[in-house]
Amino acid sequence: MSTGTTKLDVVVSDVVPVNELVTRFHFRRRDGALLPTFSGGAHVVVEMRDGERTRLNPYSLMGSPLDTREYTISVRRDDAGRGGSLFMHRHVRPGMEMVISYPVNLFSLDLRARKHLMLAGGIGITPFMAQTAQLAAEGGNFELHYTCRTASLGTYADVLAERYDRRVRLYHDDRDERIELDRLLSSQPLGTHLYVCGPSGMIGWVRDRAASLGWPAETVHFEHFAAPQPGAPFDVTLALSGRTIRVGEQQSLLEAIEAAGVDPPYLCRGGVCGQCETNVISHDGKFIHNDHWLSEEEHRSCGKIMPCVSRFEGRSLVLER
Amino acid sequence: MAAKSIISRPVYGTLFPQPGKHHLFVADAEGALAISDLAARAPAGFFGDAHIIFIPGADGKHVAALEALKPAQFYQGPSFASALPRLKQTLANAHMGLRLYLAGTEGLIGQAMQAALEAGIDHASIQTEHRGSLARRVQCVHCKGITENVTTQPATCSHCGLLLLVRDHYSRRLAAFQGVCINAEDRSEIPPTEEIFR
Ligand code: FES
Repeated sequence: MSTGTTKLDVVVSDVVPVNELVTRFHFRRRDGALLPTFSGGAHVVVEMRDGERTRLNPYSLMGSPLDTREYTISVRRDDAGRGGSLFMHRHVRPGMEMVISYPVNLFSLDLRARKHLMLAGGIGITPFMAQTAQLAAEGGNFELHYTCRTASLGTYADVLAERYDRRVRLYHDDRDERIELDRLLSSQPLGTHLYVCGPSGMIGWVRDRAASLGWPAETVHFEHFAAPQPGAPFDVTLALSGRTIRVGEQQSLLEAIEAAGVDPPYLCRGGVCGQCETNVISHDGKFIHNDHWLSEEEHRSCGKIMPCVSRFEGRSLVLER
Repeated sequence: MAAKSIISRPVYGTLFPQPGKHHLFVADAEGALAISDLAARAPAGFFGDAHIIFIPGADGKHVAALEALKPAQFYQGPSFASALPRLKQTLANAHMGLRLYLAGTEGLIGQAMQAALEAGIDHASIQTEHRGSLARRVQCVHCKGITENVTTQPATCSHCGLLLLVRDHYSRRLAAFQGVCINAEDRSEIPPTEEIFR
């Protein structure tokens, strides 16, 4: 069974607006027991019953791993997105019963590091809320650099600055403040690990500069939840069940397979964990690979697809499961 | 390159130039040749940010070849022990962006790696290339003494004198292979000694 299908029955214990774009949600277990422990950087997949549709979105846990009476996530409203964040903002209220997955960590701290250098952009701050809490409790050495568009959109910037003082540096786009990345990376002591979470442009920039400045790949960690991209509808046949299903414009291939009653494995729903990898039996058309899991060669050879984020354009597609 | 047998047995690769701000080389004897081979593939100016720590060994060869690469710093020492304080000092002052390259005997690679791990470098990000003698550094599991340059199987512990079977079991922490008494039941049983880690 995939971890993604291991569920927790929770009740929404609080809904707190944080700023004009971000709202925080608190969950407690319906039976009143403690929630499973997790480590900083973990996420849960939240199930949303939106009429006929079930939406499943991953969100980082942002509370302290030391307190498992409740889980907290922060959701940034995306008006142009596929509707998950809008559902959370518009429909989720305290007292509502929901189902979430067990926590999964694809962005954990490497505790062998001498120092943890964290770079956050926008809502990418959420996994660092838990990681800094975890490290602060253990006396760990960390430094957080956080870029946001404006001071009012600096989600939790005030909380972090108050908690950690000089270990936190803020940069505001509207004041033209930029991370001096090369200087920052080159002045870190040996044994530092780098963590970055934010928009994909930022992740690409940081990984690229770190690699050319001599940071070994093992010391650079990043988290990027690519939301599934919309595209032209297409049909897919599942060889094992012999069913042909339609993947809608706004639907991911994984969501369409789930809606057809098949229970495929997943963990991240963002194209990074590898859990949903599926073999292609035959195809006539072209793949739109949006994942970060398969190698370029695997993309070219058209033998595999990651249904959580990738799409297809063409006449026929047959997948194994 | 030594064959891979059990999981703890180190596997060595081939040095190649990596992106980075500083390049630290530690080598002994024929390890110098691995550095020369890397130099042939390195971009122009690569050694302008390089520091070489070299232990030439008894024949004193390869020093001129390394000096000709014009590294920013070059240190030559009579033994690994004499070079160790310099290596530790260099690592203690280093920043991310330093790349480490180790070449030569297993004893040198293992001990330099030990210093690097203590300084916080992940072992997967250290480049190693085995050159020259296969002589092993062996820890006697009974007295814990370390015998350098072991080339035979079995080998005599230079501390307690037990006859040791040199195992492929390698400790990264100790930078040594494990030696276990081969005739614990009956000390009069002396198997023939063969030179195998030349
Ligand atoms: S669910 Fe993680 S890659 Fe698809």
